[in-house]
Amino acid sequence: MDNLKLSYATRTPAAGDRQSVLVGVVASGNLEVLFERKLAPHECVVEIATPIHGYDEVWKAVVEDFVERVSPGGLYISINDGGARPDIVALRLMQGVKTMEVNHE
Amino acid sequence: MTAPTDRTTKRAWDTAQRSRDERLAAASRYARGKIVDAADTTKLLEAIVRPGDRVCLEGDNQKQADFLASRLAEVAPAIINNLHIVQSGIVLPEHLDLFALGIAKKLDFSYSGPQSVTLARALKGGKIELGAVHTYLELFSRYFIDLTPQVALTVARCADRDGNLYMGPNTEDSPVVIEATAFKQGIVVAQVNEVVDKVPRVDVAGDRVDFIVVTPSPFYVEPLFTRDPAQITETQILGAMLAIKGIYEPYGVKRLNHGIGFNTAAIELILPTFAERLGLKGKIATHFALNPHPTLIPAIENGWVEQIHSFGSEVGMDDYMRARPDIFFTGRDGSMSSNRMYCQAAGLYATDLFIGSTLQIDLQGNSSTFTRDRIAGFGGAPNMGSDPHGRRHASAPWLKAGREASGDGHGLPRGRKLVVQIVETFGEKLVPTFVENLDSIELAKALDLALPPVMIYGDDVTHIVTEEGIANLLLCRTPYEREQAIRGVAGYTDVGRARDRKAVEELRARKVIQRPEDLGIDVLDANRSLLAARSVKDLMHWSGDLYDPPRKFRNW
Amino acid sequence: MNDMPEARVSDSASWFLSTARERIAGLLDHGSFMEFLPPTERVQSPHLALFDLPVAFDDGVIVGRGRLAGRDVLIAAQEGQFMGGTFAEVSGAKLLGLIRAARDNDKLPRAILLLLDSGGVRLQEANAGELAVAEVMRAIMEARMAGVAVIALVGGRAGAFGGAGLTAATCSRIAISEQGRTGVSGPEVIETNKGVEEFDSKDKALVWSVTGGRNRRLIGGADAYAEDTVSGFREAASSLIDRAPTFDLATLQAEQQRLSARVERFANCSTAAEMWRVLGITAPQSIRDMNDAAFVKIVADVKEASHDGR
Repeated sequence: MDNLKLSYATRTPAAGDRQSVLVGVVASGNLEVLFERKLAPHECVVEIATPIHGYDEVWKAVVEDFVERVSPGGLYISINDGGARPDIVALRLMQGVKTMEVNHE
Repeated sequence: MTAPTDRTTKRAWDTAQRSRDERLAAASRYARGKIVDAADTTKLLEAIVRPGDRVCLEGDNQKQADFLASRLAEVAPAIINNLHIVQSGIVLPEHLDLFALGIAKKLDFSYSGPQSVTLARALKGGKIELGAVHTYLELFSRYFIDLTPQVALTVARCADRDGNLYMGPNTEDSPVVIEATAFKQGIVVAQVNEVVDKVPRVDVAGDRVDFIVVTPSPFYVEPLFTRDPAQITETQILGAMLAIKGIYEPYGVKRLNHGIGFNTAAIELILPTFAERLGLKGKIATHFALNPHPTLIPAIENGWVEQIHSFGSEVGMDDYMRARPDIFFTGRDGSMSSNRMYCQAAGLYATDLFIGSTLQIDLQGNSSTFTRDRIAGFGGAPNMGSDPHGRRHASAPWLKAGREASGDGHGLPRGRKLVVQIVETFGEKLVPTFVENLDSIELAKALDLALPPVMIYGDDVTHIVTEEGIANLLLCRTPYEREQAIRGVAGYTDVGRARDRKAVEELRARKVIQRPEDLGIDVLDANRSLLAARSVKDLMHWSGDLYDPPRKFRNW
Repeated sequence: MNDMPEARVSDSASWFLSTARERIAGLLDHGSFMEFLPPTERVQSPHLALFDLPVAFDDGVIVGRGRLAGRDVLIAAQEGQFMGGTFAEVSGAKLLGLIRAARDNDKLPRAILLLLDSGGVRLQEANAGELAVAEVMRAIMEARMAGVAVIALVGGRAGAFGGAGLTAATCSRIAISEQGRTGVSGPEVIETNKGVEEFDSKDKALVWSVTGGRNRRLIGGADAYAEDTVSGFREAASSLIDRAPTFDLATLQAEQQRLSARVERFANCSTAAEMWRVLGITAPQSIRDMNDAAFVKIVADVKEASHDGR
């Protein structure tokens, strides 16, 4: 397994007040992403475990674009990858952050 | 100088006819009328085929003369060898066995699909002398110029005793193959499922057919154009939304061809949902040159489609097409009629858009489905996916594309065909679709091919659609802009990450590149609920249970 | 407690194509689901890393409680897409813990829904997985004896084979959809052991005619037929909880009798359609393509489909 831990300082905290959410499943070409609101409001950590070797630079590029785009401050994001393509990774990250934005009913 | 009269007396002008007569005489002992017992097929072939002959063993995109293929592979190589195979499809293992066994030597073909890996290996091993990989129209055309078959081995559903053939929906290549062979004194053998007193309709006239073999089991047809909606991904749905909103709508594309694949299946399945909500019914996607894709059933049923002409058929669609004669081309007997040559010509000259997928795209926009260990062939995509310079009729989308290409508006008004490549930035197993150099260039070097196999040349491509957005190459004015437009939709591939970010943003400001949000599309809306049918069974129900899905697609 | 929000899942969403979490979210009353050992706890397989395989934060099984149309239930769902929904050490223990809790604590809901979606035991953790299956089967028996209705819902992509097929057979009642499949040996296993002539696992029409929901329902292998939607399974599950038999000697004898009669009755059949003909269905070939409503009507007239056993 390749393990990668990326840390960022964000402009703003992530919207919403959900404490955690899981999107996706670990399957071939797919991944699961766990979002937990447990960091300081301007910090973000993304932890990745993937069985596909040699894609560190791609992961960094996808995650950097995501952090730049949505500023997910306060979120600890953990990924179990099943060999997902970057577009699916980006999609799951967006789906997760969107769900975290939905406030409690 | 010799007098002309002497010359004419010295030269024989009917050698082909004499050869044909000799062959027919040798074969006569195996035939009663035109009917040959299946058990005598190998002997028949040994009587009618001569070493060095050009042979077309159909070998189509879908239907296969599988029985004749297996019998041809059984002839004695000492008697029959050095054959030159000239057929569109290298599909069955027997097609390549001919070369391994020393029966055939040279190959000119068009499409290899399931045999692409074996074919690559055979070529590298020097077992096959390759003429060229053609497009369909190109190969069919050469049947009349310099690749005329001496023997054609064809396949039909049934025949009568005079040799009249009924092919039903899978007419495909046969009429052109038989025309070229029969009128140039060649010999035509047809395998049929049965002999009947009267064929439902005559697809090939009996006087062009020399021998009929009734096979022990029906011929094989590959369900090549069935795509299970359950396998369509969110990314493919997003690509389909982009294509409709970013290309079909602004150009008003009514006449078109869809390549095979999940990307185009997704387009077909969101016509009745996404495109319907955009109010586009009747304004786009009304006339098709297209195989009868099951995934088009919901759009047909919802009144989107006016008519479809087909290259071939598709397994399970017979009854549905028979019940929809307003949409499909059907014979007097009611069954659909296909013709690959006609439909290829129609797709080339009479449509305004081709959209299809590919495996690799380079920085100039050239694309290929050939990789280092796979020779997939071309089929019809290069015909559909090229701007026909012989076109002289105008249409709104064609003129709009022409205006965009010319830029300044000076000079003669010209049209352009819309040639769209719709891909995902990464293929299976994280293989990037966008590359600096096509694998096929390496392959061409390794195999010493005169021409690197390119499916669609970059200068024919007008748009590239990926999940990251649409690049409109018509609007690019310099090679650098073109390269950056391609990099700008190449996602996180090496090619995409090496983009000049500033240049890409400028192209986006000029709408050369359009992102989903530029087109008002929310990426999170791209989900399976947009598909008008989400399973093969849904397609069957949409068809009023007239569509009879192949067994391998029936998960119920 | 947890804070795993539920994605809104529509009633018409396909059960077959949904994930385990989507099925739970759609099946239970909105907002009622409470997960035990949620992903944030990271109760996951300690073995998969050895094989360079990714783990899942819930090891592919979700357990918890919630309300089904107002009624309190315990629920477990296998994620068929993760490692084929397999039984393994951690996922097995989660399932087992839930069932034993119901067995031992009558303050907990008296119904358990098992959303099975599994090809059987996880090969990388085979011993633990086999043990888990045996323990789960025993626990289900004991829970049923304690008055808990255990309802299996089968309609996922992996079906319910191997240990999951055995588990289903141990339940009080089984609901299945057309896409659902269940059996002990999966099609690929039969083909590998007995040859493609015996069973061609790539012939989907054949596989479904034998292992699929319609055949299982007709021959009494399942007790309710659900439309392949979230609401279809909700209705089926609700009705089965009310119809769960008492687990006693009489039920077991009825089950034994049912199975013996079935063996005898279908002894000479070699295809599913032949069995359907024996059941008195006049046009057995039409079974596979008819719509759900027509099929339900036919089931109503088939005596074998309803019974006192299980």
